Amino acid sequence: MIGELSLPMLIASVLAASAPLIIIALGETLAEKSGVINLSLDGVVLFAAMAAFVVAKETDSLLLGFLAGGCAGMLTGVIVGYFSIYLHLSQVAVGFALSLLCRDLAYFLGNPYSRIQGPTMLSSKLPFYDSLPSSLQIILSQPLTVWLALLLVAIIYYFFSFSKAGLNLRSVGENPAASFARGLNPAKIQMLAVLGGAFLVGIGGAAYSLSLKPGWGRPQGAEGIGWIGLALVIFGGWNPIRVALGATLFAFLQVSGIGLQDLFPGIPSQVFQTAPFPLMIFTLIFMHFSTSRSRKQGYSSSRLQRLAGKLFMSRAPKGLGQSYRQE
Amino acid sequence: MDVEFQHISKNFGQVQALTDVSLTARSSTIHGLIGENGAGKSTLMKILTGYQSKSSGSILLDGVEAQLNNPSQASNLGIGMLYQEPMDFPPLTVLENFSLGTPRQSRQELHFALKTLSIRFGFDLDPDLPVELLTVGERQQIELLRLIHCNIKVLILDEPTTGISPAQKEALFPALKQLAADGLTILLVSHKLEEVANLCSEVTVLRHGKLTHHTAAPFHFPKLLTAMFGFVPKRKDKGSARDKGSPILICKNIEASGERQGLHQCDITVAEGEIIGLAGLDGAGQSTFLRLAAGLISPDQGKVTLFNNSLPHGAKAYIRAQELHTSFIPADRLEESLFAGISLRDHFSLREEHGMFWQSRTRTRQRTEEAITTFSIKGTPEDLAEDLSGGNQQRLLLSLLNRNSRLILLENPTRGLDIQSGQWIWQHLRDELSPDTAIIFSSPELDEILHYSDRIIVFHDGNIVLDSAVADTSHGAIAAAMTGMREGTP
Repeated sequence: MIGELSLPMLIASVLAASAPLIIIALGETLAEKSGVINLSLDGVVLFAAMAAFVVAKETDSLLLGFLAGGCAGMLTGVIVGYFSIYLHLSQVAVGFALSLLCRDLAYFLGNPYSRIQGPTMLSSKLPFYDSLPSSLQIILSQPLTVWLALLLVAIIYYFFSFSKAGLNLRSVGENPAASFARGLNPAKIQMLAVLGGAFLVGIGGAAYSLSLKPGWGRPQGAEGIGWIGLALVIFGGWNPIRVALGATLFAFLQVSGIGLQDLFPGIPSQVFQTAPFPLMIFTLIFMHFSTSRSRKQGYSSSRLQRLAGKLFMSRAPKGLGQSYRQE
Repeated sequence: MDVEFQHISKNFGQVQALTDVSLTARSSTIHGLIGENGAGKSTLMKILTGYQSKSSGSILLDGVEAQLNNPSQASNLGIGMLYQEPMDFPPLTVLENFSLGTPRQSRQELHFALKTLSIRFGFDLDPDLPVELLTVGERQQIELLRLIHCNIKVLILDEPTTGISPAQKEALFPALKQLAADGLTILLVSHKLEEVANLCSEVTVLRHGKLTHHTAAPFHFPKLLTAMFGFVPKRKDKGSARDKGSPILICKNIEASGERQGLHQCDITVAEGEIIGLAGLDGAGQSTFLRLAAGLISPDQGKVTLFNNSLPHGAKAYIRAQELHTSFIPADRLEESLFAGISLRDHFSLREEHGMFWQSRTRTRQRTEEAITTFSIKGTPEDLAEDLSGGNQQRLLLSLLNRNSRLILLENPTRGLDIQSGQWIWQHLRDELSPDTAIIFSSPELDEILHYSDRIIVFHDGNIVLDSAVADTSHGAIAAAMTGMREGTP
């Protein structure tokens, strides 16, 4: 397929590489739908990755490691939420400062654990593994994080589209004053969304240090992923399925970079390592241009056109980034 | 449920919004609450819904003191409010808006409830449409149905007819009477006396946060007006029709899109000195026409000619129109024409044409102070535009208007203003501008059009259905044209 990579291998690697990013981007989607931008993503991913690795190493338990990652994420969520929702500080400033703080804190606290072996989540065999053809065997031997990511896409999509709590959360992101007038508590809903989202981001971080890029060090390998996650949420139009597809696209670009490196040994390897980032931006810009027309379609009276429009329509929640102050 | 306000006071910092207000609204009645802008009506109602807190006093529901610290407590007690600006979620669908804040129910049940209620009140609502595509009146209908679905016992309406069409008003009023007959307590906040007289059995008047008058039907208008304003505002006699000059705005065979129906086969010629009122239902094409003349939108077909220059297509049109001394003031003051978070003085600096980099603070300050005096704006040069009341924002806009304007386009110029502020605006427009300036304005108030304009143009579904001198047209003919009945059209 690409270089040494066969098609099943390519698919398997893309799935594995996209899982943590999907979880991270979904976490951010959850927070942003409620109107809060959690800009601390990039630092939090590293901080959670560090915490997860350290705890997993000390206790020799993967489960505790993942939990530690989630809790580390949630801890930063408490800070972002308290400062921006209750103290009405700028969400951008709080998130940005926290991002830098978390990154440096992770390198500092994780230093003693650099470059050592620790527990790693290996790909698990499915129960009916032996009855599968070999190409499917390759594709489907995945660590649990992959299945978790796919499950989360479905759960969060269902949550936003069909559940009452999801509707309440979206309403707060659109117009917190009106939600308040209808008897909801916008601050509480936003806080819960930020905490839940930050927990997912933490789990995503743990998935890097315990599964995809096992171990801790500087650099760990998850640097820059938080920013990509933030961009994915925007270009994915705050729609969990499109966000997940964007994450998969990014993983594909990363993986094929590795394959291309073997094909073109003359080109410096840094080109292939960094290429996914600008390529991602170009792809997403391209996708973005299709949205203005689809918005019109989204309002069309034809059912089919409306569906097509909804698929590509993207609009930020109206109250995104604004702190709501009760009168 | 009887609602009893006892000695309610409310202050925002130094400002006393309500002082010792006591009143009782009984069940099965519609109780009117009237007063000028800023009299404290909305504040009193927001206290009842728990949206704002009171500084002192108590509220009794059926004789029992109620704790109303947030809207959730109020809605549990059966108090619901229809806010003046729709408190809803524009990107969400009608059904989603309907279901937010209602008790937990399945989608099918909600869908069914919405349908039955729409039929009962004669509203036509598509559950799957996003609310941002609907008119203000339709958004209000959803909210009203939602409140009824929540089994409220007290319904508060804050200026319910502000943005809605006469037809929607015709649907709303019987619905309200029906609800009162069913046992609801309805509190109607308004500054339109005719509506209050039409609907209410009791009226309380607030002025500067104090209760000045309370009476049951039948109402004596002069008394109510005295209680509202302290004196009876006299409608100035209609100014004499102005002389018409040469044509300045010519629209020929215009087809344009905008609002609900766009604009079709639009032929209008406007001459110097004319004052033209645009009437029609909410969204029938008036706003599209005003924006077309202002160069903000370009026609799909046809040509707009301003002062013998045809307007270019696209973004240049607006700049060209301004060069040709055309000014446009949209209805949405804070969103489209003023900068909410910028001070009055800076609004004047922004208008300065000279000096790209440096600005003279003393000069703009002086100009601002002059404008504040001439236009009697209640505010200081350092106040932010959003801190002004609606009337003062409109005065600020007028003071910023280019003095050399020869065509002024106004979209609902007295929106949300009390009678006095409205009269002041019109007096200024007629007296201060040179008599050959043409004014085109739209208004949902037929009275305003009949009173101030020389010529009336009626829009219906994007078509011009009536265009004649006001003196030659009867009230009935205009109302018929607005609702699409073609009789009486010349």
